[in-house]
Amino acid sequence: MKRLLLSSLVILIGITFLGRLSYLQIFSFSPDQIAEDPAIKTIYDYPERGYIYDRNGKLLVGNDPAYDVMVIPREVKPLDTLEFCSLLNLEKEKFIKQLRKARVYSPRLPSVLVHQLSKEDYGRLQEKMRKYKGFYIQKRSLRYYDTNSAANVLGYISEVNERDLAKNKYYVQGELTGRTGVEKQYEEILRGRKGVQYIQKDRFNRDIGPYKSGSLDTIPEQGKQISLTIDKVLQEYGEQLMVGKRGGIVALEPSSGEILSMISGPTYDPSLLVGRKRSRNYTKLYNDTIANPTWDRSILAQQPPGSPFKTLNALVALQEGVIDENTTIRCYNGFYVGRSKKGCHCGGGLRNVNSGIYKSCNAYFAGTFRKIYEKFETTDEGMDVWEKHMKSFGLGNYLGYDLPYGQKGRIPSKEYYDKWYGDNRWSSSYIISNSIGQGEVLATPVQLANMTAAIANRGHYFTPHILKKIEGEAISNPKFTEPKHTTIDRKYFEPVVQGMADVYRKGTAKWVQIPDIEIAGKTGTAENFTKIDGVRTQLTDHSVFVAFAPVHKPKIAIAVYIENGYYGSRYAGHIASLMIEKYIKGDVTRKDLEKRMLEKTLEHEYAKPYSGEEFKINEYVW
Amino acid sequence: MLNPIVAKSLRLMNMSGKSVLKRIDWLSVLFYLILVFIGWLNIYSSTVTEAEPQILNFKALHGKQLFFAGVSILAILLVLALEVNFYERFSSLFYLIAMVILLGLYPFGKTIAGATSWYDLGFFNLQPSELAKVATALALAKYLSDIQTDIKRRKDQLYAILILLIPAILIIPQPDPGSALVFFALLFVIFREGLPLYYLGILFLVILIFVATLKFGTLWLTISLALLTTIFFLIKRKTFKVPIIPFASALVAIVLFSLSVNFVFNHVFEQRHRDRFSLWLRLEKDPKKLEQIRKTIGYNTYQSEKAIESGGLIGKGFLEGTRTKGDFVPEQHSDYIFSTIGEEWGFLGTSLVVLTFTFLFLRLIHLAERQKNPFSRMYGYGVVSILFIHFLINVGMVIGILPTIGIPLPFMSYGGSGLLFFTILLFIFLRLDANRLKESF
Repeated sequence: MKRLLLSSLVILIGITFLGRLSYLQIFSFSPDQIAEDPAIKTIYDYPERGYIYDRNGKLLVGNDPAYDVMVIPREVKPLDTLEFCSLLNLEKEKFIKQLRKARVYSPRLPSVLVHQLSKEDYGRLQEKMRKYKGFYIQKRSLRYYDTNSAANVLGYISEVNERDLAKNKYYVQGELTGRTGVEKQYEEILRGRKGVQYIQKDRFNRDIGPYKSGSLDTIPEQGKQISLTIDKVLQEYGEQLMVGKRGGIVALEPSSGEILSMISGPTYDPSLLVGRKRSRNYTKLYNDTIANPTWDRSILAQQPPGSPFKTLNALVALQEGVIDENTTIRCYNGFYVGRSKKGCHCGGGLRNVNSGIYKSCNAYFAGTFRKIYEKFETTDEGMDVWEKHMKSFGLGNYLGYDLPYGQKGRIPSKEYYDKWYGDNRWSSSYIISNSIGQGEVLATPVQLANMTAAIANRGHYFTPHILKKIEGEAISNPKFTEPKHTTIDRKYFEPVVQGMADVYRKGTAKWVQIPDIEIAGKTGTAENFTKIDGVRTQLTDHSVFVAFAPVHKPKIAIAVYIENGYYGSRYAGHIASLMIEKYIKGDVTRKDLEKRMLEKTLEHEYAKPYSGEEFKINEYVW
Repeated sequence: MLNPIVAKSLRLMNMSGKSVLKRIDWLSVLFYLILVFIGWLNIYSSTVTEAEPQILNFKALHGKQLFFAGVSILAILLVLALEVNFYERFSSLFYLIAMVILLGLYPFGKTIAGATSWYDLGFFNLQPSELAKVATALALAKYLSDIQTDIKRRKDQLYAILILLIPAILIIPQPDPGSALVFFALLFVIFREGLPLYYLGILFLVILIFVATLKFGTLWLTISLALLTTIFFLIKRKTFKVPIIPFASALVAIVLFSLSVNFVFNHVFEQRHRDRFSLWLRLEKDPKKLEQIRKTIGYNTYQSEKAIESGGLIGKGFLEGTRTKGDFVPEQHSDYIFSTIGEEWGFLGTSLVVLTFTFLFLRLIHLAERQKNPFSRMYGYGVVSILFIHFLINVGMVIGILPTIGIPLPFMSYGGSGLLFFTILLFIFLRLDANRLKESF
């Protein structure tokens, strides 16, 4: 035993080691991946990112060449730092810091030393670059914007971060990817595919020819050109009108669901987020948490829709057969909910669908709303039916458009109220505000525009979308080319459309008429509140207008939402009418109105809640 | 300075030398040469630079190692040339000198990477713990082979263990716990000479409880021990009269020991030691965090495993190890030299090295057992024990089945003192073996 102790241990350990080694080297043998193998240099050939055009072929986004100075730390030889820094236009400390950072990232992989040199710097540097071992210039392309508008739609590109690298193996450090908007949504189409070339290196880091005789190399695939549904002229015009105002405008082509313009105010010039100044400018924009220019109000701002929502309630009531064109309800300059009276500005008197809409009578729609619920035995049942109809207009859920962000809005369901008030402890009077688009209903501007398009089409809509063509070829995605039908029969739309046309002819929007164009629209004035020092405070009403034109064969459906713009026709109505005229006629004849709208700002309204003083709301100052 | 010694030793060899070279165990020498050659080849591969690829470059690490290989050959000649009973006679003196040199480190030593383990001799740094291994193996053999020593006596057992404990205690505070650990391998010699094997049982139990405490905690250990003993009693109560009191006190001792393990682990160990154990025993349950620990605290092992893995069956070829070139594995020319072999020579290379070591050890044990002189046998066992523990801990660490303990791989890792004294250690035994049939002690 004592003689065998050590020998048997020696044999045992020998076998264990051989076992472990065969496990490592034979069973879990993993040959080094090319990209990680330090003996193989990978050279990328970046294709140009695809251009972006508007619906009429006008250029929105192109490219500018840019030059990054790259460094491979372990190949760096001692150099004249001062001279190099002056060539690079860089302080010495910064240079040393960057170099250290690159070495920490990887001594043998290239890192960016200086981002996006100017053309002049590049010119000076190019000739002398050979002197500096371990440094080289990588050509990239930068986005060039042929417009100062549509920043929210186009989005921007920036360098990939750790998360992107982990998520998508395609990217390597220093590459660019779309961050928001179309750039993000259609990243792969715009980007193309980079070409790859593998170079075999020997142990002294010298190139000794293509790896595996180039059999793994690929040639770059160009990024594709795309055309958006945006009308550049209309987009730019809308953004000019929105100067000094907050809110969103969305204009659609009802017959196709194409987004003609999508405006968020305030906005910014997309060129701000290009190149070396991108991150500084982005921080500035991002930190403006009050005006919030990077927040796309056209698709993200969920607000009470106000009176435009009445048109849908009228449609539901007609569809459910609880009213017809001649059903009348009397307005007593308001209506009663239990014992409390809610006001109405329509002037009082008997109202039917037509005058209810064009005079925007609250009492008429409260009564109509009650009738919908009274048709059913329980409010639950009524609620379900109502919710189903409303959601068929694309409200209360993501619309499914091709932009990377969105909000659901809200169509309250019975579950919503059960949660809020307790099971069955609410009745139609609790939810009556929904009849006039206040209360719990919320919608984004793009949802309002889509709803308007559905009315314009008398019962169906096409999912709004931003992409029109890829490389000149129209999109064929059935998601966007096939109509979605609402739950309201076509015949019930005429009286509502008639009412909306009368809004414009003789109702709440008769001040915004456009010569020669017949418009159907609906004004809205949405009450809204904020908290100031914890106190719920009412602010000046939001100004809302939805419209489509012409009434027959509509070419454009539009929703304009101006925060704190007071009553509907005051800002939203005027802006909508200018947009419609601009789109249909190509020019605006009412120069006075145009001038006024371009110059007016609401900054004084937006300053009120932050003034720290008492303030009045809904003032008639013009 | 060397010349007169070499001349003298060559003269000495001529007197009785021809026969020494004839009678030396050439198989062991062959294994030795294979290992040194492979070691140097891989040191060259992991330290050669683009600027200076030439082999005879004594500024480069591989050049220095080549120089020490030369010195080692001179040392071999000297070792073989000396009188055979020289080693036995002066072993106590060697031991004493080695201990003094170890002590001398504290006032005069040179600190490299936090450890005061070297003397700066100008042209090279001497690591006296390597020398102490040779001296201790000699001294232990000398003590055990003494006619007065009876290993069955407690007092003599204590003295024997003290011989290997003293250098260990002197080395620990350098700090170099890895080298200190090596001396405990000499326990194999004492076991061979009759130390009762239940000591080994106790040692094994201590290690087991240590690991089990860290892995499962004292509570679970106690519960499972209680369960096991209950079952044991239930089964054996008819046939076996259990001595309750010693049995119970043994159990209590185990629990107390387990508690003290917790204390030592949490309060005596440093964080880096705790990290190594928590990595080795996979104390972290969350696989994501474990992977994180593997890549940070376990960086060296992680990289060496990866390098070995990427070698596959036949390896990437000499000087073609891309991870070796990229300096992925830290200390690759010294403690982690085995990973270079793994990457560039694949499983063929690593298994060749493992088999060569294994055959060398078995051969040396065989040689030790055939000694007539007990001193030679015991010294032979000491040599195998020391080489074997290095092999076990180093390769175990590099291939990721033992925690990180920084000791070199004999004959292969970069390091002048290491190569020189491992060579001396081995060749003293081969010198003794060559004389085994001669009665002329």
